[in-house]
Amino acid sequence: MATIELPVIHSKAADAFTKNDARAHWHDQALWFIRVKRDRLVHALPEWETLRERASAIKQHMISRLADYLEQFEREATRHGAVVHWAADAAEHNQIVLGILHRHRVQRVAKSKSMLTEECHLNPFLERHGIEVVDTDLGEWIVQLRGEPPSHIVLPAIHIKKEEVGELFHEKLGTRAGATDPNYLAGAARDRLRDVFLDCQAGITGVNFAIAETGGFVVCTNEGNADLGASLPKVHIACMGLEKLIPRAADLGVFLRLLGRSATGQPITAYSSHFHGPMPGGELHIILVDNGRSQILGSDDYRRSLHCIRCGACMNTCPVYRRSGGHSYGATVPGPIGSILNPARDPGKYSTLPYACSLCASCTDVCPVKINLHEQLLTWRRDIAAGGHLAWSKRTAMKIGSYVLNRPKLYGLAGRVGRATLRWLPRFLVYGPWNAWGKQRDLPPPPRRSFREEFRQRKSP
Amino acid sequence: MTSRTEILSRIRRQPLEQSPLPALDGPWISFADRETQFTQVVTGVGGKVRVREPRLALAELLLALPCMENAAQIVCTLPDVRLGNASLDDFPTPQSLAAVDVAILPGEFAVAENGAVWVTDRGLRHRAIYFITQHLVLVVPRHEMIDHMHQAYERLRFDKPGYGLFISGPSKTADIEQSLVIGAHGPRSLTVVLDGAPPGGAAS
Repeated sequence: MATIELPVIHSKAADAFTKNDARAHWHDQALWFIRVKRDRLVHALPEWETLRERASAIKQHMISRLADYLEQFEREATRHGAVVHWAADAAEHNQIVLGILHRHRVQRVAKSKSMLTEECHLNPFLERHGIEVVDTDLGEWIVQLRGEPPSHIVLPAIHIKKEEVGELFHEKLGTRAGATDPNYLAGAARDRLRDVFLDCQAGITGVNFAIAETGGFVVCTNEGNADLGASLPKVHIACMGLEKLIPRAADLGVFLRLLGRSATGQPITAYSSHFHGPMPGGELHIILVDNGRSQILGSDDYRRSLHCIRCGACMNTCPVYRRSGGHSYGATVPGPIGSILNPARDPGKYSTLPYACSLCASCTDVCPVKINLHEQLLTWRRDIAAGGHLAWSKRTAMKIGSYVLNRPKLYGLAGRVGRATLRWLPRFLVYGPWNAWGKQRDLPPPPRRSFREEFRQRKSP
Repeated sequence: MTSRTEILSRIRRQPLEQSPLPALDGPWISFADRETQFTQVVTGVGGKVRVREPRLALAELLLALPCMENAAQIVCTLPDVRLGNASLDDFPTPQSLAAVDVAILPGEFAVAENGAVWVTDRGLRHRAIYFITQHLVLVVPRHEMIDHMHQAYERLRFDKPGYGLFISGPSKTADIEQSLVIGAHGPRSLTVVLDGAPPGGAAS
């Protein structure tokens, strides 16, 4: 990719987050709480594994015939009266949205959660063109008011404390100073956003699932914000990545059972809206966005990442994500799935993300569509090294490691030296900046003998 | 070349092995007592369930619901219940529904597994009513209770333009420190009334 942007150094960005230990711990626990809720629901459903297998097979089938299904979707959606647009990249997507809004002289638009529009940086683009965009999901609105991106794809404000929301609302909405009661704060947001809903001229939503067979699509929310934004103004724009397609309406039976349980530990979201054509007298625009997806489709290693239904389960379970926060990934989609999707788009910028991973495979275990996340993360490390994107320190360490491990005598000597000296060396010599491993942990005490010495001794009587 | 052609040809350039589309048969979960399961789930997500006893008139039950207290604007679209002081047709725009306190609307069927009720915009002037009303009451025939979502999609057809949705509980958010707040943007309460003759046989 030709974009010249500063590379994201995950470990550096995470340093800022982990500096406040109590807060990092709080963040960790908040996400683990959701993981536990998810487990409770999943374990109550005997067919969970069957559902995952079906979902994975459906997505695999869909991707193997994606072009046909896209054409079918377009045909059926058009038959219902929707207008289907195609965008090769983010810039084209943004232009299409702007064109529609201009045609209707829209000044204010209510937007519900859509990671695609975040990925395309739609908000700043529209604002530059004088259109007010209001993110109506409470969490997204909070981060929008703070002028920062979401830190989680399902829980955009999971990194923010209620005291901070209280301060923010006091400043921006005039709520009582020092208020921290979530009921009171959410109530204030409700009142203010009601006015936005009643006074906007268009609604933008994402798409959770688009159905090729019927030309319709489904949007899932708990707050009802997407539904208000798509039912009050006459113009509804739905933005979707190509991979949101599923072949049949009946496939929703599988996906809606998986999504809510995986995302927040709910049996289903409060609202699962099925749109087929515009509302009477209204307009419905559906924008199909590629933005790098067809490229991932061509890769045998990473194709399965297109199965993703954006439930966020891999983030909630990831020990690195939970302790480093979503912003440390420097991308719209953070966490394990983000560490696969972002390097695919820009390996130079996101080369450190596949290393923000202990390869524990918990993400793979919880993924409702059976993406082999940890395997893809490992594969990325290979590709990043092969592509010359590996940092000098890692490259050198690997070279030295490989040199030593290839020479048994040298390896034996290194072990002897290490065992002898580590016991006596002063701390500052062992735990210097060269020992990244020992930054927040101590090395185990060196054993007296190596494994080979031990083995030799036990074998001989 | 338009983006459409470009995207489609970019995809078609990848020779992918055909992968079969799986069948959607189970075994899926079933419940000996669907009403109890449904009630548990709806209560768990912050909603209420009322089952109408045959000796009680539906209108009477509805009038006694807590959300009806002090309700000034009530919209009811049930065909055989004369209740409420406004008809949906009295509202020229969806925005004018903002003053509605309680909306009483029919639900087509209910799903025991996840406490969801299927509703549509058929015969409704403004679909916004489901979200803009302060309190929502859905009346579902008792015999229209199914086990799970696969059965739901067996009966749903989307061959004409239209809008439909599953509603499970009231509008809610947990975006402030994971504290559950009921009544985010949509209704502050949801009551599902199970109405009519009880289902014949527990597992029919």
